Amino acid sequence: MSRVNDFAIKIATVNGTGSASANTLLMKSIFRSGIPVMGKNYFPSNIQGLPTWYEIRVSKDGYVARSGKVDIMVCMNAETYARDVREVAAGGYLIYDSSWPRPALLKREDVTVLGVPLAQMCNENFKGVRTRILMKNICYAGVLAALLDLDLARIRELLAETYAKKPALVESNMQAIQLGYDYARANFVCPLPLRVSPLEKTAGHIMIDGNTAAALGCLYAGATVAAWYPITPSTSLMDAFKSFADKTRIDPETKRAQFAFIQAEDELSAIGMVLGANWNGARAFTATSGPGVSLMGEFLGLAYYAEVPAVLFDVQRVGPSTGMPTRTQQCDVLAAAYASHGDTKHVCLYPANPEECFYMAVQAFDLAERLQTPVMVLLDLDIGMNDWMCRDLVWDDAYRPDRGKVLGKDEIEKLEKFHRYVDKDEDGITYRTLPGVHPKGAYFTRGSGHTQFGTYTEDAAEYQVVMDRLTRKFATAKRYVPKAVLQGDGKAKVAIISIGSCDGAIREALDVLAQRGIKLDYLRVRGFPFGEDVEAFLESHDRLYVVEQNRDAQFRSLLILETRVEKAKLHSLLHYSGLPVSSAFIVDGVLADLAEGQQTVVGVGA
Amino acid sequence: MTFIPKPKIRHPDLPLNELGLTRRDYEGSLSTLCAGCGHDSITAAITEACWGISIRPENLAKLSGIGCSSKTTAYFVNGGHGFNSVHGRMPSIAAGANAANRDLYYIGISGDGDSLSIGLGQFCHAIRRNLNMLYIIENNGVYGLTKGQFSASADLGTKAKKGEVNQQPPIDPVLLAMNLGAGFVARSFSGDKQQLVPLIQAGLNYPGFALIDVLSPCVTFNDHEGSTKSYAYTREHYEPIVEADFVPLRQEIRTDYAAGESMAVMLHDGNQVVLRKLAEDYDPTDSHRAYDYVQQHITRGEYLTGLLHCRSTAETEFHALSRTPSQPLNQIPYSQLHPGSAGLARLLARYR
Repeated sequence: MSRVNDFAIKIATVNGTGSASANTLLMKSIFRSGIPVMGKNYFPSNIQGLPTWYEIRVSKDGYVARSGKVDIMVCMNAETYARDVREVAAGGYLIYDSSWPRPALLKREDVTVLGVPLAQMCNENFKGVRTRILMKNICYAGVLAALLDLDLARIRELLAETYAKKPALVESNMQAIQLGYDYARANFVCPLPLRVSPLEKTAGHIMIDGNTAAALGCLYAGATVAAWYPITPSTSLMDAFKSFADKTRIDPETKRAQFAFIQAEDELSAIGMVLGANWNGARAFTATSGPGVSLMGEFLGLAYYAEVPAVLFDVQRVGPSTGMPTRTQQCDVLAAAYASHGDTKHVCLYPANPEECFYMAVQAFDLAERLQTPVMVLLDLDIGMNDWMCRDLVWDDAYRPDRGKVLGKDEIEKLEKFHRYVDKDEDGITYRTLPGVHPKGAYFTRGSGHTQFGTYTEDAAEYQVVMDRLTRKFATAKRYVPKAVLQGDGKAKVAIISIGSCDGAIREALDVLAQRGIKLDYLRVRGFPFGEDVEAFLESHDRLYVVEQNRDAQFRSLLILETRVEKAKLHSLLHYSGLPVSSAFIVDGVLADLAEGQQTVVGVGA
Repeated sequence: MTFIPKPKIRHPDLPLNELGLTRRDYEGSLSTLCAGCGHDSITAAITEACWGISIRPENLAKLSGIGCSSKTTAYFVNGGHGFNSVHGRMPSIAAGANAANRDLYYIGISGDGDSLSIGLGQFCHAIRRNLNMLYIIENNGVYGLTKGQFSASADLGTKAKKGEVNQQPPIDPVLLAMNLGAGFVARSFSGDKQQLVPLIQAGLNYPGFALIDVLSPCVTFNDHEGSTKSYAYTREHYEPIVEADFVPLRQEIRTDYAAGESMAVMLHDGNQVVLRKLAEDYDPTDSHRAYDYVQQHITRGEYLTGLLHCRSTAETEFHALSRTPSQPLNQIPYSQLHPGSAGLARLLARYR
């Protein structure tokens, strides 16, 4: 079973023991060898002491999703040992810490077991409990380096970059790497048939997580006010924005910061601040997750009705309620689209990877100001917090923000009277003014019933004029949201339709199915409201698999509610375990459905 | 919030302020509150105050939540933008708006329900953030729009219109604000325009969070015998303890303040607030002593009024702590806000 550059490693550790550094080191050294790689972190909602896993998939073909299979398991956590052993694919490898005897019951004949006395070696070579624990993790990276044939020089280079300011740490880490490396070389046949061999497939690419990329987009969009309340898994988006802004927006001489970064008292306040700032003409945003979206509902309704721009990143996590905060799902699709009481609808964007998070972040601000309404960017934990290999982010220096229909001082001066909500251009989008510009531009922003002139009303006809125009505005939004991405020639009768982070698994699944002679079209929807391209795709296919990561088929529901599609054509493939969907799940689901004509394929576990 | 345009009839001899504007230029739409509502007197005082210190109407941002009090932002200074937001959440709108443009005057109008129940959290955090705004609570002890339920400021033992007696202790916004470190804390009475106008002027110019809790009787639901927030009761029990005058930078302090009785609190921009003590043992610049003094009087059922506490807090004001530039964030040219394609390449180096 020789598989060069095509396998998955899973590392089981305890959180808070420094395993993240070891895992990043491994992944990056593979990436720098020019080999496409993906890393996914399955971590607990806890600071220290609970089980955590990291999965690294090496894929010469550039597949970015979970394969659904583990070829090499590194068992560093006694607590999860039993289940970790069970998860290794037949013919795979299992690495464990042989400092202590291993329960005989957990033997498996169909995998190769490699014991390394990691704790023992580290105890002999390092001082201090904390250091020994940390180095034990670096040490398994050394073992894997030998088994997989990784370049030690590259590992040293990465450590030197990481610890540029603490050179002593480079040496101690390298010592731990060498301990593992030498032990493996002396005791096992190295490299394994599963190994890496340098390619040249990562040039022009970066490894970045979606929260960081989205934060970078906010910086480039010119956002100046950021308000949020800490919540996993969105917090790192705000942290990243702060870090980028600290680097690029602080005057070196005066130390003045060209941004305001506000940690709010709760999510209600965070979105209120975003509305206040946008109302006042600054680009402002917040990032949150499902519970935050619930809390922000009332203000989102106000922003919809009073037509105040806002940008909100919802990094979705497992619900309902507190759910599993450190696991991924696409479970806010409906909550976001219809957030708040009354007739409200919101523009949503569905990025599929960090690269798209960057561009969609910029686009979200343009859309919010163009349409004068909240725009929600729906990431999920998998996109937001995991490192993905993406094409280099590029920036067009010709970009200028689209501030939408905002009247300036001179334009207001020329008006006889300013009316906030009159549909002059007949596209449903009206003109707005900013405070402090001109007394004639002043109007009253309100969530209570108002006329097209901006005045209070309880009159049925006047109320409906505004509500009907908002419907027209939402129709206009279809023209502005990003177009769906079609894969395939559009001629197949059977198709997949999906959103967001399912993309990687779907594209791999399509390849696998094609090899079996099953050819499907695939449409990845990127924005709500759905455009005519989505309608046409639904229309032209007889059977559509709706792939999404939630229990209740929320995306399917939204398609049924918001398009002309015939309900019976849409068949759900639902993955909601909290782990990112794997390609195997989709392949199996499609095959099972085609074979048996089942209506719904529900995924558990895998 | 109801919009009823007022007829624009301008008397040729109306006095003009420094901007050449008359008091009429600072009015808003016609009030739809009950005749005799204390809130309308506060609206009149705000109108007078803004005219008096010649605020450009467009430079006043009027923010509110929900309730009778929150409607009143429509009834003054039509030339300023208004934002009537959601119940109890005006402070967050103020925080965002203020972050975006530090150059405007922010006046937040709230009520005892809006600030002390549903919005208590945001009220407290606006104080902690030391937002540069004037926050007025039009305090009448009841929910008016929902017909007379007790609010969190209702005094122990006060009687509702239908006879129910309040048995829960009140939250006093003045004590709360002092406790949370506010540097400008005042109480007044809607019926005392003479006291209220200079307080509003001083509060608008105070560089930080300024609170004025204005006792403002509800004529419909809380003006009966047995109520501690009626006109009659308030007139009987309120006691001006310290008078405040706002003295703009350009103006000299009038000489009729007797030395020893008056003290000036410098605001960072050269403006001053002059305080005249009416009680010898009271020091409004010392927050601990002011707190104790006010609390003792509340225990005796007396509402002390005036600028009860004032000290400079400019160094902890939101923008001072955020180190934002003097140019408002919403006016920084886009070219200064991003490092361009070359900068992106540099930022991405660590992700390779």
